[in-house]
Amino acid sequence: MFGVFCYNLSMAVIKVENISKNFGTLKAVDNLSFEVEAGQVFGFLGQNGSGKSTTIRMLLSLIHPSSGSIELFGKSIQKNRASILEQVGAIIERPDLYPYLTATEHLQLFAKVRKQKVAAINITKTLEQVGLSHRSQDKVQTFSLGMKQRLGIAIALVHNPSLIILDEPTNGLDPQGIADIRSLIQYLAKEEGKTVFVSSHLLSEIEQVAHQILIIHQGKKMVEGVTKELLDPEKRIVQIKTLDDVKALSIIVAGGFSQYLLTRKEGIFLKLPTTAIPMLNESLVQSGISVLGIETKNSLEDYFLQITSNA
Amino acid sequence: MWSLIQIELYKIFRRPRTYIAFGAIAALIVVIQFGLKIDGDAYAGFLMKDINDTLTVDGKVLNGYLICYILLQLLLVHVPLLVALIAADMISGEANLGTLRLLFTTPYSRTHWVIAKFIAASMYTILLLIWLAFLALFASMWIFGTDDLFLMKSNYVVLIEQSDVLWRYVGAFVFASFSLLTVTSLGFLMSSLSSNSIGPIVGTMSAIVFFTILSTLNIPLFNIVKPYLFTTHMNNWKEFFDIKVNIDNEAIRGSILNIPKIKTSLMVLTLHIILFVTASIIIIKKKDILS
Repeated sequence: MFGVFCYNLSMAVIKVENISKNFGTLKAVDNLSFEVEAGQVFGFLGQNGSGKSTTIRMLLSLIHPSSGSIELFGKSIQKNRASILEQVGAIIERPDLYPYLTATEHLQLFAKVRKQKVAAINITKTLEQVGLSHRSQDKVQTFSLGMKQRLGIAIALVHNPSLIILDEPTNGLDPQGIADIRSLIQYLAKEEGKTVFVSSHLLSEIEQVAHQILIIHQGKKMVEGVTKELLDPEKRIVQIKTLDDVKALSIIVAGGFSQYLLTRKEGIFLKLPTTAIPMLNESLVQSGISVLGIETKNSLEDYFLQITSNA
Repeated sequence: MWSLIQIELYKIFRRPRTYIAFGAIAALIVVIQFGLKIDGDAYAGFLMKDINDTLTVDGKVLNGYLICYILLQLLLVHVPLLVALIAADMISGEANLGTLRLLFTTPYSRTHWVIAKFIAASMYTILLLIWLAFLALFASMWIFGTDDLFLMKSNYVVLIEQSDVLWRYVGAFVFASFSLLTVTSLGFLMSSLSSNSIGPIVGTMSAIVFFTILSTLNIPLFNIVKPYLFTTHMNNWKEFFDIKVNIDNEAIRGSILNIPKIKTSLMVLTLHIILFVTASIIIIKKKDILS
């Protein structure tokens, strides 16, 4: 049942073309296309209910797309499901596990369904990797949400897959746990050359690890690009908080900053280079405006927050 | 496939719920055996009160073979409900738990998983039946001893020599396994339609009760569909204990009165099993896994 599996490293590991998914009248995913290259960490961002998990389920053939095509390792997931999934490890949303089995038993169970035999040492190593070796013989019913999440990640990793799909992997984790998972993702991509597709509703989680980011909203692609470029410090948005916004606005216009002004109801926002911020502050203070604060936001973060707050 | 069956069996037997059925059967059988051991003669006298004036029976009427027959009559109606506890939870239980998506993202197809789950559930059912046979037949033979099997039917009596009885029980238990596997496959079908555990269990039990009532009612309208209902055929294990007689009205050793009836019942039950399992596979293959 398993086909011979090989693919060119230079080709896209994931290639999604115009996929849509309708649930009755609800369009959960709307004409979405993207590509993920080998060895990349790909950040898939969107607020809750934006269509992230539906997309991931389609990547894993848990949900049949209404239209469009999905290729993993250059092959259609629908036609080559078995050989493709042999190379994929995934966790989807919640870490749902068997409460009556131990951590080790879970890994043994999921190692057993793989074509290539998974050595016992791999199970021990994977549990160490996710920081669960001290609870390996405990039943899952005694685990916290964070520990279940770690075990879910271990299940995704135990058969040493080339592509790892992690849907909200830091859900339920404490700050240390989040940092651990972040390090693990970076290690997997950098040291082991794996492709990691990670979804989250928090930009702060993704921006530190992802090479490429895609933002999805109401099933549609909003932004896609290289993280470094999207988070360019020269494209920052500045929010000015003053005691008298009307007067402050007239000074901003008079000072030649009008070209940077953004139309926002909730305050004064400008999109201007970081170097121009002190000049603007100086002119406001000199004009007698009490500046309560100047907050700089990355344009992507701002954009993402806008989407989230408008929802 | 064997790996998947092993996994499914492992999961079944690691769940405490699995042992409820084994415990319930043991408790029921032990209670009935205890009652009959203490007050069995009175029970036998009650059974034979109508024929005591016309017939004298030598030997031990209340022996292990009769006890087993009584137990099967009582329990084979209720065991399907215990089978439904596991079978109807095989897919929906995992959907409810959220683990179904873990299984379906492995390299094995959904069809493989569904078949493996059905085989595992069937093995559980067969084990339950073996447990029932062990306690109802062998334990009763040990406690009550053996003798000829004397059965009171509605308008006649059947007397089977003790050396002619054991193989009939083997046949009856094999037949019963088909009946219970039909229940297993029905539970399985219900399980494929739902994402929670309770609905399919209650649904399976309700379907069994509903169709059993239809099979039992003697209303001309229902008589048309009766031959096609699995519940009509589930209790035909009793046919193994109806024996042919010669012209002197003597029992013919090793004979069964109505073999075609047994064959028809086995065929109807097998068709139901195939139908239910195939429907489950089709439903699961088309289903979006959203849980």
